[in-house]
Amino acid sequence: MNARFTSPNASLLEGGQNTDLDWRLIGTIDDIPAQGARCVKNGETTIAVFRTADDRIFALEDKCPHRNGPLSQGIVHDGCVTCPLHNWVISLETGTAQGADEGRTASFPVRLSGRDIYLNLKPGA
Amino acid sequence: MSRQRLVIIGNGMAPGRMLEHLFEASDAYDVTIFNAESRVNYDRIMLSPVLSGEKSFDDIVIHDDAWYASHGITLHRGQKVVSIDRDSQTVTSEGGITAGYDKLVIATGSNPFIIPVPGHKLPGVVAYRDLDDVQAMKRAAALGGRAVVIGGGLLGLEAAAGLKAQGMDVTVLHLMPTLMERQLDPAAGYLLQKELEGRGIEVRCGANTKQILGEAQVEGVELEDGTVIDASLVVMAVGIRPNVQLAQEAGLEVGRGIVTGTDMKTSDANIYSVGECAEVEGRVYGLVAPLYTMAKVAAAHLAGASDAAFAHAETPTKLKVTGVNLYSVGEFGDGPELEDVVLRDAKRGTYKRVILKDNKVVGAVLYGDVADGMWYNELLKSADCVEAMRETLIFGQAHQGGGVAADPLAAISNLSDDAEICGCNGICKGQIVNAIKDKGLTSLAEVRAHTKASASCGTCTGLVEGVMALTLGDTFAKKAEGMCGCTDLGHGDVRRLIVAKELKSISAVMQELEWKSSGGCAKCRPALNYYLLSDWPGEYVDDQQSRFINERVHANIQKDGTYSVVPRMWGGMTTAGELRAIANVVDKFNIPDVKVTGGQRIDLLGVKKEDLPAVWADLNAAGMISGHAYSKGLRTVKTCVGSTWCRFGTQDSTGLGIKLEKFMWGSWTPAKVKLAVTGCPRNCAEATCKDIGVICVDSGYQIVYGGAAGLHIQGTTELGTVKTEDEVIEIAGAMTQMYREQGFYLERIYKWADRVGYDTVKSVIFDDLESRRAYYERFVHSQQFAQVDPWSERVSGVDKHEFNPMAVFGLPNDTTVQEPAE
Ligand code: SRM
Ligand SMILES: Cc1cc2nc3c(=O)[nH]c(=O)nc-3n(C[C@H](O)[C@H](O)[C@H](O)COP(=O)(O)OP(=O)(O)OC[C@H]3O[C@@H](n4cnc5c(N)ncnc54)[C@H](O)[C@@H]3O)c2cc1C
Ligand code: SF4
Ligand code: FES
Repeated sequence: MNARFTSPNASLLEGGQNTDLDWRLIGTIDDIPAQGARCVKNGETTIAVFRTADDRIFALEDKCPHRNGPLSQGIVHDGCVTCPLHNWVISLETGTAQGADEGRTASFPVRLSGRDIYLNLKPGA
Repeated sequence: MSRQRLVIIGNGMAPGRMLEHLFEASDAYDVTIFNAESRVNYDRIMLSPVLSGEKSFDDIVIHDDAWYASHGITLHRGQKVVSIDRDSQTVTSEGGITAGYDKLVIATGSNPFIIPVPGHKLPGVVAYRDLDDVQAMKRAAALGGRAVVIGGGLLGLEAAAGLKAQGMDVTVLHLMPTLMERQLDPAAGYLLQKELEGRGIEVRCGANTKQILGEAQVEGVELEDGTVIDASLVVMAVGIRPNVQLAQEAGLEVGRGIVTGTDMKTSDANIYSVGECAEVEGRVYGLVAPLYTMAKVAAAHLAGASDAAFAHAETPTKLKVTGVNLYSVGEFGDGPELEDVVLRDAKRGTYKRVILKDNKVVGAVLYGDVADGMWYNELLKSADCVEAMRETLIFGQAHQGGGVAADPLAAISNLSDDAEICGCNGICKGQIVNAIKDKGLTSLAEVRAHTKASASCGTCTGLVEGVMALTLGDTFAKKAEGMCGCTDLGHGDVRRLIVAKELKSISAVMQELEWKSSGGCAKCRPALNYYLLSDWPGEYVDDQQSRFINERVHANIQKDGTYSVVPRMWGGMTTAGELRAIANVVDKFNIPDVKVTGGQRIDLLGVKKEDLPAVWADLNAAGMISGHAYSKGLRTVKTCVGSTWCRFGTQDSTGLGIKLEKFMWGSWTPAKVKLAVTGCPRNCAEATCKDIGVICVDSGYQIVYGGAAGLHIQGTTELGTVKTEDEVIEIAGAMTQMYREQGFYLERIYKWADRVGYDTVKSVIFDDLESRRAYYERFVHSQQFAQVDPWSERVSGVDKHEFNPMAVFGLPNDTTVQEPAE
């Protein structure tokens, strides 16, 4: 596998666990509305791919740590998404709940090549 | 004691305050006021926000008609006094009204100074002193073009910022080398100039006006150096002169102003003078704080024997231009005995300078970061020796005594009880705290009413709220919050500023109103999106990403991520055809549950998101549109069977309900709106717990409003009874529009009506046919953009991305492992 594709989670590479890399081209930035999200289905799992106002891309499993709310349907703001069901605020980068709430959603490494978005279907740690 | 006659000449801020003090202490006088201006007493300081459009005249009235009536005051408006006869103790006005006095107060304020250059009398040359000037400026601004403001002092710069906000090009001409040289040192003046230039205001210092050009109307200004600046408006704001003519003619002692003792009595013991026209111990004043002190002293003497005496105090200067922070107090010149401590931060554009004399603070000039202004002023007043904290003095109060206070309230809690919070009204922290405790005050409005703190220029509002938060604890902290963590402005301020500053996008609001977060949050963005949609119908483009999911995909999200679909059933009526179409959709898409809602229609529950467009297409095909069961907008109009079937029915309640629903569907509102029309007072459609309800009676239609039966059960309030369906429809539209324009996001009609007053709603919507009509027409106008069925829009492809996954992997035949090319 091409070493250029460093995961945001560097330990994956250091361990040389190439089996943890499964990069897929999912589309371009323009497919996702700014401050919005789209879903990618991988078998049973739904992954929400978010685009922030400043065109950063993040991917989280589409399941709120609270009661599995579909995060892809929430409002995106300040590097976070507010869950549509009960308003927990989840960090896009780490998947952790902000403020007083506790919990974490799996996050997936994302890479940009030009405007193309590559998603690693294996979640980060 | 027989009642005495008190006559006052001039109805400005100083005598207005004097009367308040006087009425508290005594009711011995029959009061007569003559005023050259034809209006009640208003807050002259706040003319700049009126000019910029941030406030209306009504917002700045200090005493309304009712106040004069309740104190039995005779107010002669538009009656300039032309003579005082001290022998017969009478005054006479231009209009020939003569009044006798036992005591007379001269409060004629000052006149703006007009430089007598050629052309100064041309139409289009105005001063900046009263509401007439503001109105003249606003009229000129409506025509566009360039305004030249002569004078770069406090008034001139406020005028310049106001005219810029009104959309004019603006040039400020200032004779001196730096702006506001009487209040700011050159360094701060320079920062201020840069800030104004950054906002598109042209500033020319060292500019000497030679003449004003134009034939029948101002066309430009020529400077001594020959430069010509085109202009359609010239504002002269070069200074004021105490208005002493009357006093002079009456033979009173006059210097720069009308000379008084520290008891505010002129050289005639029956005549007092207060305000900008008065001269005490050789000084005249142009800011309200000392004038209010004069008012208090004069009131005390009028009320009876008193030893109250006026004493000079330094008044800090602030500029009321939104976003410009400057503060100056006391001395700031250079002198051998003066020492400076200066702190500059070029990156943040801040400048702080504290001036010491014999280790005591004698002045401070702050630009950009003014949080410590009050503290320096306190040190100045107390004349404490600051030697011990010289090293850290300039860093501000939070840095004293070691701890660096990150808590914004810490600075306020450190203030002593006699630290002055409201400069205009001379109100100290202790007075506010005591008022809150003694009188059980909980809102800013109450604190203003009882203490006057922050009731004049308003720049200390944040501090007053801070004192309230400290005194009341958490109970207040919540109320003082802005819309959300991204701004300190409340919903009302934001709504007003969106209109005043013509902000037409979410990013413009965030930029202009100085949002603290980069892109807002899930609380403020939906609110802003609604405000913009409501204020600029047809112009603002709805921001889908700022909408809650239900409104974005036009269906209600359920606990498992599926959606529910509720088509409209007008007035609760349906047909076999509609029911058949619904049944077909349920079968075709395997919809798990079908339920009759509490809103007289049918809910299809558990629809998969990707099926939504196809479900809608089928419902559309049968003539059904979105029921907006998800929206902050019109939900349902419940009806009963009414006169069509019911033996008690008095009117066609079903038909009227359908008409109302067809008229009002699609409108976005601050929170949901539910209506009901019931055929008789038995009220089977539950009209008395709806946002707007109609109860049919023999003689017509009784309209009620402000009900709810959700988290809070609230019966409606009666609006009135009308004779025709058309009137019902007009009133429902007008009331909804008033609510749309004034409501805070998520505030239902009953909460809005509580806030603005049920009487107000009734007088605007029911009693005043003209204003009812105007609101109705604005509602109709905005409906033409709102009545688009969101379902058919999406069926035809709008927001396709919402309903389709971006990519699908993991299917049995998925073998693609993608790698980007080198
Ligand atoms: C479906 C329905 C219950 C039912 O099965 O009958 C219902 C369902 C919901 N109601 Fe309701 N309400 C329904 C009639 C009512 C009524 C009765 C009525 O309208 O006559 C009330 C009390 C009347 C009132 O509004 O004052 C009512 C008071 C509420 C409230 C409390 C509102 C309040 O201001 O206190 C909420 C919460 C909210 O809006 O924030 C709410 C919210 C909800 C939400 C939207 C909860 C949510 O956010 O997901 C539910 C959506 C379920 C869905 O997907 O359809 N629902 N809800 C009814 C739909 C009516 C319709 O046809 O549109
Ligand atoms: C645009 C603007 C902004 C300001 N901003 C601030 C600020 O931020 N902070 C601050 O402290 N101060 C500010 N001021 C100054 C403050 O408004 C004045 O100091 C204060 O209003 C003066 O009060 P007064 O009662 O002496 O006179 P005024 O309020 O001027 O009242 C005098 C009244 O007497 C009437 N009158 C005059 N002659 C006669 C007559 N012969 N017969 C009958 N009536 C007569 C006039 O029509 C006028 O209505 C500002 C002033 C202006 C114009
Ligand atoms: S009462 Fe309304 S909000 Fe509560 S569970 Fe029932 S439908 Fe949902
Ligand atoms: S499921 Fe996300 S907040 Fe409850």
